[in-house]
Amino acid sequence: MSNKDIAIKTENLSKLYRLGALDDKQENVAQAMLSVIKNPIKNYKKYRSTYDFSDISDDEMDLSELNAFWALKDISFEIERGEAVGIIGHNGAGKSTLLKILSRITPPSRGSAEMHGRLNSLLEVGTGFHPELTGRENVYLNGSVLGMRRKEIDTKFDEIVDFSGVDKFLDTPVKRYSSGMRVRLAFAVAAHLEPEILIVDEVLAVGDAEFQRKCLTKMGEGSKSGQTVILVSHNMRAISRLADRVIWLDSGTLKRDGSTQAILTEYLSSVRSICTRMEWSGEDAPRGNVVRMDAVQVENKDGGSPDSFDIRHDIFVRLEYEVLESGYRVRPFFSIWNDEGVNFCVALDQDPAWENQKRPAGRYTSVARIPGNFLSEGVQSIHVAIWTIEPVRERQFSVEEALTFQVIDTMEGDSVRRDFSGDLPGMVRPEFEWNTIHHDASQKPGVKSA
Amino acid sequence: MVDETLKNAVTRIEPPSGWETINLQELKHYRDLFFFLVWRDIKVLYAQTVLGFTWAVLNPAIQLAIFTIVFGRVAKIDTGGVPYLLFCATAVIPWTYMSGAMSASAQSLVQQQNMLGKVYFPRMIFPITPVLSKLVDFAISLILLSAIILYHQVMPTWNMIYLPIFVIMMLVIPASVGLWLSSLAIRFRDVRFAMGFVISMMMYSAPIVYSAASIPDEYRMIYSINPFVGVIEGYRACLLGTEIPWNYIFPGMITTVVLFVTGMIYFRRMERVIVDVI
Repeated sequence: MSNKDIAIKTENLSKLYRLGALDDKQENVAQAMLSVIKNPIKNYKKYRSTYDFSDISDDEMDLSELNAFWALKDISFEIERGEAVGIIGHNGAGKSTLLKILSRITPPSRGSAEMHGRLNSLLEVGTGFHPELTGRENVYLNGSVLGMRRKEIDTKFDEIVDFSGVDKFLDTPVKRYSSGMRVRLAFAVAAHLEPEILIVDEVLAVGDAEFQRKCLTKMGEGSKSGQTVILVSHNMRAISRLADRVIWLDSGTLKRDGSTQAILTEYLSSVRSICTRMEWSGEDAPRGNVVRMDAVQVENKDGGSPDSFDIRHDIFVRLEYEVLESGYRVRPFFSIWNDEGVNFCVALDQDPAWENQKRPAGRYTSVARIPGNFLSEGVQSIHVAIWTIEPVRERQFSVEEALTFQVIDTMEGDSVRRDFSGDLPGMVRPEFEWNTIHHDASQKPGVKSA
Repeated sequence: MVDETLKNAVTRIEPPSGWETINLQELKHYRDLFFFLVWRDIKVLYAQTVLGFTWAVLNPAIQLAIFTIVFGRVAKIDTGGVPYLLFCATAVIPWTYMSGAMSASAQSLVQQQNMLGKVYFPRMIFPITPVLSKLVDFAISLILLSAIILYHQVMPTWNMIYLPIFVIMMLVIPASVGLWLSSLAIRFRDVRFAMGFVISMMMYSAPIVYSAASIPDEYRMIYSINPFVGVIEGYRACLLGTEIPWNYIFPGMITTVVLFVTGMIYFRRMERVIVDVI
């Protein structure tokens, strides 16, 4: 073999799909009767056309006239052995089609792919599970559906059961399981496949968070041991934890292919519309009768507003506003929301200088410092609001998702995660002070005695 | 641990070319899956029924009772001197198996279409599975057949050594019909609606309730092209010890082989595109 480090190689992989032809509308009884007779022939042609593309001979043809479209067009890439590649893209970008072709579920219309090594694809967990069978029986059935041999399942059986945690119900029909138990058992089987190439679709969307993490870790181990992994997920955290490389598909074509961090940042800014500064003028400005918002910005210590911020460094939120009427105590505040839509903290302007002061009219700027090592990784959104609290307690305005930015960990080893590369849960990631003592020794390691 | 046959295997994925050869090595790799699917079918078939496997005897027994009353007593069909119950039982038992296996096989892809879209394994496993799992019912219903044979005190003859030929034919026919119909059914759901009367047409086309001897000699050869004729005639002759009408069995054997080979070819042609048509 000329290039034995290549695990997967695709060349101009393309897939053509045809939408079902629209039915003609009948306008009168005679036409309706005629269509009853004509229908069988038309239906036959319609079904045949869903897989027979001999009428589409070259690329120049007008596909919309033939009701066809390219679900995937000229996808070429190479994946090396041991690489973990994430595939991202909007709905309908062709991610599932690509996985289905690589899993041999559907053939490409053009192009080819070559894969070296034992292949397993997980487009769903628990494929083939039968509700009437017991947990034990389903482990064997599901395992063999996924391509495991009986002997292989025999040797891994205890491990699988242990991993799933449903050992007490092993001889109960699966129809009596809770849906959570069923998923755990199915996952346990999947996690014990030992393919050289593993293809995983959005399967991590099911199951409880803790169990998902367990599976991610198990899969992460796989990729370290030389397993090639292709992963499709909408969970960007899973992608950034598991993948070294990301392929971004956009309406059937390969848009970008590169390192996870770079592509994810770009992708997220296109999807989540990353916005690190917002300005208003004139009529558009959010306002109440006392205060009007002019601008908000998230910035680093140098005053720059990049799309992503280093998790270790301070992040500043700057609010610029105008108090239109004197004699009010004003309280600007903002709240921070993570990418799961959870509002995990609120910050109120606490500058002591204005704490008990009624403000004169005029322009103000309030800056809050979010210390480094506080926010966790991922996309964070900031909602902004300003209240008056005296003499009238009243919300002047609020702006949802005024700012959206990304916090990344560059993995240089001095962040809170240190050298741990797995998924770290938690909405915040503050740095705590630790002190660890070894009771049998008189000194700390690394500290030289005098 | 890990199966060595697929290690370092190269999988090439290309557009369907129309003609696909049968990958025997792959089928071999999936034999455990095949086994588990057959076993699942058997386990699940009578789940949550009161009578369980008794149904495997009850079904042909009730059919036999009806045929014996209608065709034996009322219509008084000529069986060449063989008691009608015995005459009919030797045919109804293999027929019940074949019709059951054919219907299940024809519906196999449609019923498990969800699995088709989620995981790859040789699609041929689907239509072949019911052909094997229905054998359990067949084996149980042999108890009924044996009881009837014993009751009429028919002694086994040397003809019995030919029985395996007809057992094989009885397996291959539903497999071939299943290969054809399952891949057709996924594209044209009409198959499901047509299946009922097609099965009863097949039944009356074979000498189950009547004797093949009642077919005029000049048409007998054409009649024998029907593979069911060969199976039924063969079973009857082997079990009752009458002369085996080989002349009228060979045409059916040829049809069986043709059906099987074309079924395989057609299935291979269709199996890669069926997912896109579901």
